[in-house]
Amino acid sequence: MKKKTHPFLKDLKKNRTKWLMILPAAIVVILMCYIPMAGIVLAFKEFNYHGGIFGSPWVGLKNFTYFFQSGKAWTTTRNTILYNMAFLCVNTLLQITCAILLSELAGKYFKRITQSVMFLPYFISWVVVGAFIYNLFNYEFGAVNGFLKSLGMEPVDIYSNKAAWPLILIVVSAFKNVGYGTVMYLASIVGIDGEMFEAADLDGATMWQKIRYITLPCIRPTVVILFLMAIGTIMKGDFQMFWQVTGNNPMVLDVTDVIDTYVTRSLLNLQEFGMTSAAGLYQSGLSFILVLIANYAVKKVEPDYALF
Amino acid sequence: MTGSKRRSGKPIGRDRIVFNILSYVILTVLSAACLLPFLLVLSGSVSEQYAIQLHGYRLIPKTISFEAYKMLFRIPEELLQAYGVTIFVTVTGTFLGLWLTSMAAYVLSSRDFRYRYQVSFFFYFTSIFGGGLVPWYIFNTKYLHFHNSVIALILPILVNVTYLLILKSYMMSIPEALYESAKLDGAGDLRTYLNIALPLSKAGLATVGLFIALNYWNDWYNAMLFLDEGRRDMYPLQYFLNNILTKAQAMNAAAARSGIPASDVPSEPMKLAMTVVATGPIILLYPFLQKYFVKGVTIGAVKG
Repeated sequence: MKKKTHPFLKDLKKNRTKWLMILPAAIVVILMCYIPMAGIVLAFKEFNYHGGIFGSPWVGLKNFTYFFQSGKAWTTTRNTILYNMAFLCVNTLLQITCAILLSELAGKYFKRITQSVMFLPYFISWVVVGAFIYNLFNYEFGAVNGFLKSLGMEPVDIYSNKAAWPLILIVVSAFKNVGYGTVMYLASIVGIDGEMFEAADLDGATMWQKIRYITLPCIRPTVVILFLMAIGTIMKGDFQMFWQVTGNNPMVLDVTDVIDTYVTRSLLNLQEFGMTSAAGLYQSGLSFILVLIANYAVKKVEPDYALF
Repeated sequence: MTGSKRRSGKPIGRDRIVFNILSYVILTVLSAACLLPFLLVLSGSVSEQYAIQLHGYRLIPKTISFEAYKMLFRIPEELLQAYGVTIFVTVTGTFLGLWLTSMAAYVLSSRDFRYRYQVSFFFYFTSIFGGGLVPWYIFNTKYLHFHNSVIALILPILVNVTYLLILKSYMMSIPEALYESAKLDGAGDLRTYLNIALPLSKAGLATVGLFIALNYWNDWYNAMLFLDEGRRDMYPLQYFLNNILTKAQAMNAAAARSGIPASDVPSEPMKLAMTVVATGPIILLYPFLQKYFVKGVTIGAVKG
């Protein structure tokens, strides 16, 4: 029997320019994503620098036991999920509201300026947002305390106030993301067929009725899809935000520490490789499962928009 | 959108008046809230040190002084160095990233590429599963020796899968017939990519390029992970700023290296002046570039 060339090899020859063109990007992804992926074995090992990723001895589930017994697993998981849920709900609500308001307003300049101003925070780095936080909440010189003092009130020490941080983080997340989402939803509203609104006008529908019965149902698929996709990333904290906004302030870590900040801090300060890899794998694994579930849900609702 | 035009000639109903008032109020309040932190930083940076120590930062400074900016320009070396690093990384990263991404996007968008679904998934998979920070960090430092290397500031965010897929869907919308005729004229893939795919997806390239550039300009994370404290000369702008803001001594130390005593340093307004200088270019360019970003968000939202 004549041995057939594998179709892949045949394609490799036939389309060699194409394969060559995709190679550089593929190499970057292999180096930055796939090879490190193999490093998840580290979660089951006692890392020593000499042995490296593959030469270090196996320790079974010890790293996981350590992570879960430290008590950090529960706090960080809880914080990650609750914060993401809060961000998702508050931001989505604000984004849709702003998009509807902007879409119905007539003033061209007002619209353009407000939209630009609200989109602006998206473009600055989290370090600068950190500077904003310092500027506002610093105990000695912060603008908030300055304002309180000028009213004759006592200054507040926000850096040790656990109750304040969830609120601050939610507001900061909205500050940074509302503009982006508004642009997105506005695009989806502008795409609605204008005839529907005209027909509603002829029937004497009020503004509220048009929003309730035309705009909202028309953007529903977009909202549902983005919402479900966001569920898939609910285990991933917005690392840069938590790191810069809370500044790793030890006094409020209970309510501000998410998995990503915990892992990074342990890695940088303690050089704790085994337990942090275990925490990382725990997060990646759960995230992956959530993405699969979210994708399945999207497939049920809007098959065209499923990721895979 | 088209709302106002349609209603011309008809009396304005009470619902619309209420709606308009509500819209103006809500949008004004939200915009003001978004602008406020920027204004606070700006006004803080032109305040005097003693005024801040006395009254705290305020929206409208009692006296205006450019002392902080003057001091910044007296010790410009580190700031300029940081600017240099950021500009180098941004230009190199954007150029390389755009090149690699657009080439891959071209291949994934061509319908006669038999393995395009598999290869797309190969890229896509990395955005839904990863090995986590630690193995990545160890691989980069122990095996690739990226410690204190400028590559560590470029490579990690060079190829972004989302941008790849955006460019791919952009190129998918180029009429198939154009590719066909190029092929008939005897053009190879490289030629088709250069002469047809790239020129016809200019808007997409501009958008994705700007997003990549923004990511490089705003990056501080890779610097934090891979640069030692001793390599301040390699700090990009944002990480340099981060250091000034978080380490109380950083500002005075920088001044001391230039022979200026710590007591002369208006440290509070200088922190903010530094923030202004680091963000300035983005704010200045923003009005001109905003429309490309809006386009990018829109492509991302409406899956092509």
